[in-house]
Amino acid sequence: MTLHTQTIHELRAQLRRSKVSAREVTQALLDRIAALDRKLKAYIWLNRDDALAQAEAIDRTGAAKDGKPLAGVPIAIKDLINVEGQPCTCASKILQGYVAPYDAFVIRQLREAGAVLLGRTNMDEFAMGSSTENSSWGVTRNPWDLERIPGGSSGGSAAAVAADEAIAAIGTDTGGSIRQPAALCGCVGLKPTYGRVSRYGLVAFASSLDQIGPFTKDVEDCAILLGVLAGHDVKDSTSVAQAVPDYTRALGKSVKGLRVGIPKEYFIAGTDREVAAAVRGAIQKLQSLGAEIVELSLPHTEYAVAVYYLIATAEASANLARFDGVRYGLRVAGDDPIEMYRRTRGAGFGPEVKRRIILGTYALSAGYYDAYYLKAQKARTLIRRDFEKAFEKCDVIVTPTSPTAAFKAGEKMDDPLQMYLSDVFTLSVNLAGICGISIPCGFTTRPKLPIGLQIMGKPFGEEMILRVAHAYEQATEWHLQRPNL
Amino acid sequence: MQYEAIIGLETHVQVKTASKMFCGCATDFGAPPNTQVCPVCLGYPGSLPVMNEEAVRKTILAGLMLGCDIARLCKWDRKNYFYPDMPKNYQISQYDMPLCRGGGVDIKLKDSREVRIGLTRIHLEEDVAKNSHFETTSGVDFNRAGLPLMEVVSEPEIKSPDEAFAYLTALKEILVSGGVSDCDMEKGQLRCDCNVSVRPVGQKEFGAKIEIKNMNTISGVRRALAYEIPRQIVALEKGEKISQETRRWDDAPGVTSVMRTKEYAHDYRYFPEPDLMPVVVSDAMLAQIRELLPELPEAKRQRFMQQYGLPEYDAGVLVTDAALAAYYEQAVRWSKNPKSISNWVTTELLGKLAEAKLTIAECPIAPPQLAELVTLIDGGQISGKIGKDVFAEMFTTGKSPSAIVKDKSLAQVSDTAAIEAFVDEAIAKNPKSVMDFKAGNQAAINFLKGQVMKLSKGKVNPQMAGEILLRKLRGS
Repeated sequence: MTLHTQTIHELRAQLRRSKVSAREVTQALLDRIAALDRKLKAYIWLNRDDALAQAEAIDRTGAAKDGKPLAGVPIAIKDLINVEGQPCTCASKILQGYVAPYDAFVIRQLREAGAVLLGRTNMDEFAMGSSTENSSWGVTRNPWDLERIPGGSSGGSAAAVAADEAIAAIGTDTGGSIRQPAALCGCVGLKPTYGRVSRYGLVAFASSLDQIGPFTKDVEDCAILLGVLAGHDVKDSTSVAQAVPDYTRALGKSVKGLRVGIPKEYFIAGTDREVAAAVRGAIQKLQSLGAEIVELSLPHTEYAVAVYYLIATAEASANLARFDGVRYGLRVAGDDPIEMYRRTRGAGFGPEVKRRIILGTYALSAGYYDAYYLKAQKARTLIRRDFEKAFEKCDVIVTPTSPTAAFKAGEKMDDPLQMYLSDVFTLSVNLAGICGISIPCGFTTRPKLPIGLQIMGKPFGEEMILRVAHAYEQATEWHLQRPNL
Repeated sequence: MQYEAIIGLETHVQVKTASKMFCGCATDFGAPPNTQVCPVCLGYPGSLPVMNEEAVRKTILAGLMLGCDIARLCKWDRKNYFYPDMPKNYQISQYDMPLCRGGGVDIKLKDSREVRIGLTRIHLEEDVAKNSHFETTSGVDFNRAGLPLMEVVSEPEIKSPDEAFAYLTALKEILVSGGVSDCDMEKGQLRCDCNVSVRPVGQKEFGAKIEIKNMNTISGVRRALAYEIPRQIVALEKGEKISQETRRWDDAPGVTSVMRTKEYAHDYRYFPEPDLMPVVVSDAMLAQIRELLPELPEAKRQRFMQQYGLPEYDAGVLVTDAALAAYYEQAVRWSKNPKSISNWVTTELLGKLAEAKLTIAECPIAPPQLAELVTLIDGGQISGKIGKDVFAEMFTTGKSPSAIVKDKSLAQVSDTAAIEAFVDEAIAKNPKSVMDFKAGNQAAINFLKGQVMKLSKGKVNPQMAGEILLRKLRGS
């Protein structure tokens, strides 16, 4: 039995019946990482000794038998979420040397559920990017083709799950940073409704858009892990006090009679031919399972990229101001504070982060605020209303997750706009604050690369998108395919 | 040419709360540097602010006391600028939707005319840290970072340094009386920026605005303005042009000097704080706060004068501090002599408290005990002089005055036979004074009376002693 290829629900059954120990599982993952990660570079920091100690504690206390939902399950964490005593660099030189003094809310939830924290995964610096190439610690490779990128910004988490270097992983999604890499690596990734998961302890990129969510090997695992992450937290004023349902109860239900919305703005020239065909095939599959297909329009879709890059960068320009060398992380000395800031931030931030800080600072400046930030906020409201109207006519909306499969490393690094456009199908979900999931729905032929199907749901409609995703997954075998590593 | 000054004040007041504005850290003054800090007020990555509702309630209370319109919906904004005392390099403040607008502070001018200085707005924000500069390094103490700070912005309606002084004094009195802030300037709980310009009388447009930053005493504001206004007038008379700038006040030489000119004006790039929800002030919340609305100091002063027959001075001293006024009113409830209680509170009690560095809340003498002391004196059980000793004893031991009088046998001697014995002794020991009196020197009787008091260790009833002495001298 290979332990590293197991899902959460498979492992859980075995751990409960003491067929394997948590230590064996963690050791199996550490062995897998040792064997593979040199070429994949999914991890940037490994919690080797402590992970084994956590696993041994699980075995000792019999937490698996107590029914803790993740007892003994090794999970990888994106390097943007604070875990007490561990580094948290956000893949940036500016946080070199910073050791987190506290646990994020989701980390407390994971510890409580018995998860083993394996290590920290690579990402685009401060989650700014779509390929994980904007990391200060090297480029993560796509497990399906090592010449290609895993998507981003949570590329390390996606690659780790797709390559069986973690049973599941945690990522963050500001404009598609969970769903796009999940699509490109062939795993399941869910961005919860804004406010469903506490952001406390997540290093902010764009506060009004960021959400933490799961990467898993199948939809059932996604439901289990989301149930652990979700919940109200008084330390995050934007977290919503709404009871967390048992998401696994949404699984196994038929899609018969459900209305699946197909927005015409998401089926456009520019989408890769094979991607478009795979998504059309998935829609037909849902129809054959009894779902009703509803053609609809989200008329303000074309503004999403512009709106996103104004709001996200404006918020980021303030959020990243705290990295100044005064209290933690990198400090490059200067003759006065201004000189110290300039040198520290000049040396600490990479080019994409600087580009976005400049863009956001500009958008908020006196004389430009109304034309850029304020107008973007108004357009954001229109995009949100598009979805409100659409969901009067349908239960879920189905689209491609990304216009293309994984591209080659370096291909888009000289063209930020092309890079930004790879998130064109995922951004609106964040702007509208709704939920979305990406699941495998096929492969390109040459080379063989995964294709993702995005299912969007109403605010707090996670049960519905999980239900549809699960029904589709159970009727197909895409999720069972593994890269040849 | 005649000139007039136009002054507007921006006053920062620390709101009195147990925890900081956006985290649970304590607000105690004087703790060792960086001991009242957490990831939130240090601006650590991933931390998030949570609004302190008590600070919002107290700011609304201040607004109600000052007659402001209270916003039913307001929001938080980020004010962006880099400085080492700013943990996040942005300050959470309120930009275009403050908690309170309008209202005013009533002040009394020298000629006894009363005028109202209008308020533009009151908003709430977080305080910054405190920088210290050493020989070769600098340090930042983040204990102060994140304390709730209320900014009270006046209209440019103040016309003189004295008016500015009166405005700040009245504002402080109101905020202290409502429990909104202690306004302890030594602890930096009240700080003020002054905007001042001058213009020829009759001119409609304002002159160029000079801002004097970070004044931390009310009298300092008066002195700075008293320097700055003539400086600007002299400059204008010399034909110089005054341009907008920020100045600092140096108290020792008593001058203002340039800090920065307008070219260095900040673009704060305000935008709505995405980490906090807008604040909705409900009818219920407003009604609840209205219940806490205390009597304003001026109204209380008037009432004290009428109800207790106190002179204006006494009433004024008593109402400066709501706790002191409350103490007084409790004591009066046990006494028939409000004026005497006022004398004891405003002189002896305040003196002792200041000496022992205690607040009225920490006063070891309970109000009914003070009333009892006054009753003992008024009833002749002890003399006023002994009363002071008893008071001192009460202050150190916390015992009741009757217990002290009993324990130390301090009761006034009113027994005629006992007093006669002391009088006889005094007459016998001072034949020269007796001769003087008989020779017509009336003042000699005071010396003899003093001797009687001395022999009795102050315990005899002085009035009775005087009468008996007179009777004996005349009779013998």
